[in-house]
Amino acid sequence: MMRCVRLVAASSVFLILTGTAAAEFRFPMPEFASDYQPPQVHAPMPDLDNSALDVAVLAGALAVAAWLTLKARSRRGLFLLAMFSLIYFGFWRKGCVCAVGSLQNTVAAVADPTFEVPLVVLAFFVLPLAFALFFGRVFCASVCPLGAIQEMVAVRPAHVPKPIEQVLALIPYLYLGLAVLSVATGAGFLICRYDPFVGFFRQGASFNMLVLGGVFLIAGVFIGRPYCRFFCPYGVLLGWMSRFAKWHASITPGECVQCRLCEEACPYGAIHAPSTVGPPVERRQGVRRLAALLLATPLIVGSSAWAGAMTGEMLARLHPTVNLAERFTQEERGVFQDMTLDTEAFRSSKKSVPQLYAEVDEIRRQFRRGSAWLGAFFGIVVSAKLLGLSVVRRRGNYEPDRQACLSCGRCFAYCPVEAEPKASTRSDLPS
Amino acid sequence: MKPLDRRDFLRAAAVAAGAGLGWRAASPKPGAMVWQIDPQTCVQCGRCATNCVLNPSAVKCVHSFQICGYCDLCGGYLQPGAKTRDTGAESQLCPVSAITRTFVEDPYFEYTIDEDRCVGCGKCVKGCALFGNGSLYLQVQQDLCVHCNECAIARDCPADAFRQVPAEDPYLLKTRPAEGGPPV
Repeated sequence: MMRCVRLVAASSVFLILTGTAAAEFRFPMPEFASDYQPPQVHAPMPDLDNSALDVAVLAGALAVAAWLTLKARSRRGLFLLAMFSLIYFGFWRKGCVCAVGSLQNTVAAVADPTFEVPLVVLAFFVLPLAFALFFGRVFCASVCPLGAIQEMVAVRPAHVPKPIEQVLALIPYLYLGLAVLSVATGAGFLICRYDPFVGFFRQGASFNMLVLGGVFLIAGVFIGRPYCRFFCPYGVLLGWMSRFAKWHASITPGECVQCRLCEEACPYGAIHAPSTVGPPVERRQGVRRLAALLLATPLIVGSSAWAGAMTGEMLARLHPTVNLAERFTQEERGVFQDMTLDTEAFRSSKKSVPQLYAEVDEIRRQFRRGSAWLGAFFGIVVSAKLLGLSVVRRRGNYEPDRQACLSCGRCFAYCPVEAEPKASTRSDLPS
Repeated sequence: MKPLDRRDFLRAAAVAAGAGLGWRAASPKPGAMVWQIDPQTCVQCGRCATNCVLNPSAVKCVHSFQICGYCDLCGGYLQPGAKTRDTGAESQLCPVSAITRTFVEDPYFEYTIDEDRCVGCGKCVKGCALFGNGSLYLQVQQDLCVHCNECAIARDCPADAFRQVPAEDPYLLKTRPAEGGPPV
């Protein structure tokens, strides 16, 4: 016993003298007089095989959602399926793996070929997109747990004024671009980090994220699905697919009688009213506006790309290494007296300061180039939006906006055409 | 300008998917990877306890008995200024009392980790590295870990001690060094 104590004391003195904590393995393993056997190190193997079931459930839920949307036209069924998805993909699987986040893995695999994307994650990325290409955004309707939790709280959804809606609907494109940029530069998975609901699914998250999730849920009572419509980056891809869907949910099962009942039914602003009789603007004026917009497009894209390139330096702070270098520089200049855990660890590491700065320069260069592309992409999106708004489409009936429609099925019940066979038993309906 | 129709879109999508699959086929496949802590790089900052998406963290202290000194005055078990070398809560370094001290034979004591209690704070690891053999160290317990795309701790690890290791060999355990060599 005394030997141990002496050794500890001696080594403490040694430590204090040399000021290093790297020394280890000071004492030999004792030779036990008794037949004592040291236990094994507890090192259980990872369990990675439970995910084939997830893919099966995803495919099954998507198929049922497509059937409920297109054949059964059942709002109740879609809602119940959404609650199932919320429980299974949300609370049971703790929100992971999810299709929204799988987008980042796919980008990471393209940016860095050594990054391994498990087949399950790839399936979660591809399956909802493939279904959207055939049946519309049935994934959003009742398979996505993030959508489902918002669908659950949307009890008093109000209409967002069209102009505000149009502007807010641009945010997902920006978010998508940022998420891709962040993954491609190795700055991390933004979508997962700022997932507002995963904290509820896991029943644990940082205070800020829980507050953010709470804000989204409370806002979601009055604004239908705020995350899906104004933030979800995966929704952008689903929207593109759904635009070209082979089949899509229709408001009426038969001929639209233009009763306008469905107009108020959609809390997501995804129903287009028929175009009014006569063009809203003079033809010549419309053509002139379109020509001006077409001419302005390169200007918009160019200036947006330039603005993107300018913000590259700032966006580079998404990367932890850039943060570390900035903090380190400030400490060296005496702006901060105390060290953070990160700078402290860096100072005691083998990495040299020029090495760090070279790394940061490379990251910043990547960000400048990437954010210029991000800016150009956003410019194209804005231009396309403006062009889309200035082209008059002839529309005879009330139709869902294929890109924005989440196939929630709320409008089904409002259509009197559907209710017709039952009309004989409903005397309160006006004839 | 002809509007993009479904056929064109499908064709473009098929080309993109084909290119993606080709890319995947051409690139080397490392097989399934999981996160692990390199105990030689870890600085025991304490973020493993707080930054994991799980609560309590999937990072636990493991004990390599083969390199333990079985000290009575254990730097990983006892508070630095502990008045007595006993199992009283006030003497223990572990904030959740997850280390059990068992008498083996004079003057040796065995220290075992109760993983259900351990929160992965690394306080004992620091103590053991400072005054002992470094037989206590942090590892990601792979049966608890949910294998996030981007490990939340790895991102915030100040020492970059997290790395991805093959799932078949998912631990970076310390073992007894060869004669004269450094511990690995």
